[in-house]
Amino acid sequence: MEEPLKRTCLHDSHVALGAQMSTFAGYDMPIQYAGIIEEHNAVRRHCGMFDVSHMGEIVISGPQSEEFTGHVFTNDVRGIRAGKVLYGMMLYPDGGVVDDLLVYKMDDQKWLLVVNASNVDKDFEWLSKQASGYDVRLDNLSDFYGEIALQGPEAEKVTAEVLGMDLKDLEFYTFRIEPYRMDSAAGAISGLPAGSVEPLIVSRTGYTGEDGFEFYGSFALIRSIWDRLLASGVTPCGLGCRDTLRFEVGLPLYGHELSSDITPLEAGLGMFVKTDKPEFIGKEAILSQKEKGLDRKCAGIELKDKAIPRAGYPVESCGVQIGTVTTGYNSISTGKSVCMAMLKKDYTVPGTEVQVRIRKKVFPGVVCKKRFYDKNYKK
Amino acid sequence: MAKVAEGLFYSETHEWVRLDGDEAYVGITDYAQHALGSIVYVDMPDVDDEVVKDEEFGAVESVKAASDLVSPVSGTVTAKNDALDEGPGLLNSDPYGTWIIKVRLSDASATSALMDAAAYSAFCESLG
Repeated sequence: MEEPLKRTCLHDSHVALGAQMSTFAGYDMPIQYAGIIEEHNAVRRHCGMFDVSHMGEIVISGPQSEEFTGHVFTNDVRGIRAGKVLYGMMLYPDGGVVDDLLVYKMDDQKWLLVVNASNVDKDFEWLSKQASGYDVRLDNLSDFYGEIALQGPEAEKVTAEVLGMDLKDLEFYTFRIEPYRMDSAAGAISGLPAGSVEPLIVSRTGYTGEDGFEFYGSFALIRSIWDRLLASGVTPCGLGCRDTLRFEVGLPLYGHELSSDITPLEAGLGMFVKTDKPEFIGKEAILSQKEKGLDRKCAGIELKDKAIPRAGYPVESCGVQIGTVTTGYNSISTGKSVCMAMLKKDYTVPGTEVQVRIRKKVFPGVVCKKRFYDKNYKK
Repeated sequence: MAKVAEGLFYSETHEWVRLDGDEAYVGITDYAQHALGSIVYVDMPDVDDEVVKDEEFGAVESVKAASDLVSPVSGTVTAKNDALDEGPGLLNSDPYGTWIIKVRLSDASATSALMDAAAYSAFCESLG
């Protein structure tokens, strides 16, 4: 029996806006509204907003929560201040990736993990298994948090003008909790009295390579923010351009550049794996891989033709397969046909000539960095 | 409601055929372009390639996905529309005025198995 599709708290708005909907991670999600290209450009040039309420939120709390978070997470959470966000992965003992995620330090005894929607159940089960022997509590709050990502160079200005939040001083990869006053419309939807104040988590994070924020809160709160941003003219953006945007700046997507069969080193994400920590799950495997050297690595390829390399297409050298495309597009920002691909290590040197097999033909390409467009973060 | 042009022949995979003597122009329908969204690349066969009815002869690609082009006729490619290299979006803006390939037909009764405008219109309606 297939489970019925889940809906986010903003589903009604997507339908009212005429979005093209599709199933993603068990949710009926908007792929595009006006069009992927228009939405992509809105984020690069102005700003756009995404319903990312499907993302998972898991809270680790308790006296040993820092120790446990450090045990399951590749980045180093020791001694960071409350309000800091770290990116990293959870690994299997063999170095394969359970998931990539953000960790928010709420306080010394409370950590919020934001995980991929398609991995929530697997992650929670994995964490629960690892938690025995630790004095921690795990809560899967994924069905209680809504989330909006507001992304683009104008995100800070829009947040100030429309939501009345001054986020100038909020640093990259930090968050704070804003007391958010419910307006009367949101009050009506939620049943909460207008004027009541609810906590909103606001972080300077995102998945587009642009400056921007992610807002986490109750459904009523998230609906209120969405409606206000929409009324002010912010472009609603679907999952279609979320992928084209993250791809252009070389950010990985679990299931493509990362998986249980791909280690962070192979994905080129070694900087988020702190092997100088005393211990974490997967450390030995990563150290051993570092010592032995990699057999394969994720690299970029730029095609000379406009043909589009798609995930799964073979990459060849002189007729022999040397890798596989993990994500590819005709880049909206640059107009070039480019892809990320997992290649045998010897072929990952920039400038190496390779070929991508696209249907019946092979197209020449050149290996390059897997960042096709420069990030524009406010740091 | 997808537009259908009179005087053309149609396949169930949403390609159209316009006869021109013993040759035929082949394109995609308004229904197809609408379903695909913005087309960013067209993969066409070369002149002198053979195409076979009901077999793939290329692809049209939107930002997100590639969709096979299925030939509604059999024959030899005599021309491809090079304007699509620079302007693939022509297939969105003018689907019936924009041909993809021209084929010298190997079978004079090539269109007998295809739908006329009325039949294709009803077919599209049946798809909802």
